Amino acid sequence: MSDVLVIGASAAGLATAESLRRRGFSGSVRLVGAEPHPPYDRPPLSKQVLTGDWDAERTVLRPPAHLAALDIELLLGRRAVSADTARREVTLDDGTLLPYGDLVIATGLKPRRLAPFIEPPGVHTVRTLEDTGRLRAELADARRLAVIGGGVLGCEIAAAGCRLGLDVTVIDPAPVPMAGQVGQEIGRMLAELHRDHGILVMSATEAEGPVLSDGRIAGVLTSKGPVEADVVVAAVGSTPATDWLEGSGLTLDDGVVCDARCRAARHVYAVGDVARWWHEGQGRHIRLENRSNATEQALAVADNILGADRPYLPVPYFWTDQHGIRMQVLGHPAEADRIRVIERAPDSRKFVAVAEAGERTVGIVGWNSARGLRKARQLLVDGSQVH
Amino acid sequence: MKVEVDEPRCVAAGHCVTSAPEVFDQRDDDGVVDLLDDAPPEDEHERVREAALLCPSAAIILQERDGPA
Repeated sequence: MSDVLVIGASAAGLATAESLRRRGFSGSVRLVGAEPHPPYDRPPLSKQVLTGDWDAERTVLRPPAHLAALDIELLLGRRAVSADTARREVTLDDGTLLPYGDLVIATGLKPRRLAPFIEPPGVHTVRTLEDTGRLRAELADARRLAVIGGGVLGCEIAAAGCRLGLDVTVIDPAPVPMAGQVGQEIGRMLAELHRDHGILVMSATEAEGPVLSDGRIAGVLTSKGPVEADVVVAAVGSTPATDWLEGSGLTLDDGVVCDARCRAARHVYAVGDVARWWHEGQGRHIRLENRSNATEQALAVADNILGADRPYLPVPYFWTDQHGIRMQVLGHPAEADRIRVIERAPDSRKFVAVAEAGERTVGIVGWNSARGLRKARQLLVDGSQVH
Repeated sequence: MKVEVDEPRCVAAGHCVTSAPEVFDQRDDDGVVDLLDDAPPEDEHERVREAALLCPSAAIILQERDGPA
């Protein structure tokens, strides 16, 4: 019996275990991870790891001595296959039954795959260290990279490919890159940034099927004609990894559905990319796929396991690095009807923009403006109270 | 408590400045962490621990000499 059983040993699962200890929790904590690695960080994968600026080892989240000092039992390379919330136990892929006092679901995401592109060698998705290693190895011998999808991950992989000296094409059904995250205006600036670096950005373009040569990928058929490529990355979003919870009695609807305290059922919590919880400040269920949410929500879950009864009310935040530009985003700027620049350097290489919908501030975007963004954060915190 | 920051890891999120403004600041040009006090007084420790926990790039390393890690 473990007092707290955390399924998922990435950023959110680790931070939950760590937060429990920081709060003085003295019961047993068990952390189960499907991957063989100790907890590591994913944001660098599509950035420093893919470009080769960092070794894989540099993504390790905490030094081994630190983990040992936390007195957390790590079970790595083991996958949970089912949960019984009435009996309070989880079954692992090797048949092991793990009883729990409280269960924390932190299984994250799995990349969505495009049906016609699943089989051919040379087509990649990027979620894990292994995925990144395989892609990096193939890019070493490649000349042309096609990235399907112009979201955050697709844009970062395209920028990394560019850094590696490849001819890069982005094939994206949306009207501008990262439209769903930052909206049209900022998206247009991103498209321009990528084009300035020699990337062919094909917006409003559907990837229809693979072009094969000797059984290997050689290009992509698109709604605007064929694109040649030696390597293709499908970065077309992800789905919450909840297959193992089918039949558990938990409500699954694009994630594990939780109340405002991140509780999915009695003695069951969800945290990170996999959790869809009721955001009391926004008056709706939301799910966030970003790194800051993993740790912030972990702190809330740990507090609530320890009886705090605390609603989780984050200001959503993510960052992305592309072509030497660091963009930082607060809130939901894609929901804005207009963008207003409140601070701009004379050369326009730095700015802070406020995204507004009616009377409300719904997001803030900082373009190489970390300090300016933090100072503007208050506008959003005040604005969101209008709800 | 001893505080270290791994500057090349820092992603300039600024969460540490929000958590513990007496101990962390951000550089003007790139927003990277500026450690103001590498041995903060005891009444700052809880805020610094929270900053280390919330840092989205795990760039804050704490060595606790007294008490649990």
